[in-house]
Amino acid sequence: MRIWLGIATMSLVTYLIRAVPLTLFRRKIENRAVRSFLAYVPYACLSAMTVPAIFFATDSLAETSVAFGVAFLLALRGKGLVAVAVCATAAAFAVSLLA
Amino acid sequence: MKTETTPEKAAETPSEFAQGAKDSVPIALGYLAVSFSVGIMAANGGFGLLQASVMSMTNMTSAGEFAGIQVIAFGGALAELALTQLIINLRYALMSLSLSQKLSGEVTLWQRFVVAAVNTDEIFALAVKRAKSLTFRYMLGLEVFPVAGWTAGTFLGAFSSTLMPESVSRTMSVLLYGMFIAIVVPEARRARPILVVSLLAVVLSCLFHWAPGLKEVSFGIAVIVCTVAASSVGAVLFPLSDTKQGDGE
Repeated sequence: MRIWLGIATMSLVTYLIRAVPLTLFRRKIENRAVRSFLAYVPYACLSAMTVPAIFFATDSLAETSVAFGVAFLLALRGKGLVAVAVCATAAAFAVSLLA
Repeated sequence: MKTETTPEKAAETPSEFAQGAKDSVPIALGYLAVSFSVGIMAANGGFGLLQASVMSMTNMTSAGEFAGIQVIAFGGALAELALTQLIINLRYALMSLSLSQKLSGEVTLWQRFVVAAVNTDEIFALAVKRAKSLTFRYMLGLEVFPVAGWTAGTFLGAFSSTLMPESVSRTMSVLLYGMFIAIVVPEARRARPILVVSLLAVVLSCLFHWAPGLKEVSFGIAVIVCTVAASSVGAVLFPLSDTKQGDGE
């Protein structure tokens, strides 16, 4: 029940964020500061959610550290989303087999 | 009437809906893969199959769903959940605003409410790339497969996590983080402002995890504070040039 209520809350808020500007406002955002802020939001948010949380994603710091390292290096070399994620997961799994 | 310069000869122009559906196929396939990890994450967070699927179908956002799962799993308050979604998904307001400028004048209010539901980063990117003004039928075509892919992928992820051995589903928890890293790192390498903003967010987030007092703050609130603070600093230090319309996505 708690989860359903949570899902309903998420859906409603997310939908309103998308629907209100699309239906009510027709003007472009002119304010440069607001536009800049919104442009940086995805990166700030994803970064904050990933570090340090990724290191506690499993209960082994060895697994998660290797996963982070692999993901970081592959991403630095411009590999795609799925390739990076799958390799990081495979690396974590490989470490779990060694332990 | 403008003629389109597509590689294949426009001997027979496909309907707007068919064209949208065709354009969306690569995105739908990508969604199938990405949402698989959302499904696993949801299952690990205590969501049932139906709950995970309904969440994905009605939210259509990886970062927002991920944060939502965390807040719900950690027993956060509904207000915290709503605020988390508001901040993390705020960028969609900008996209919807931008999209509203490109929609054909014939798109009715009711149709706008339908289009709004699936205005994701990727669909927005496709929509703004289209040379013509956007019809309702085109947008509808653009949305059907990605919604199906996103929902099905989540279902399959949640389903298979119940079948997988514990060691596999446990290590799969890093999958979505890997995707986040794959989104941020290349952009941070390309653009110094994004590097600074991302590093700042990481430092703040670490403070919320380890610093005395701050570590009592719940996950959702911490993400909000980190996001708003780092993005604000970015907006002050590196305002976008006036010609650029949101380089972020």
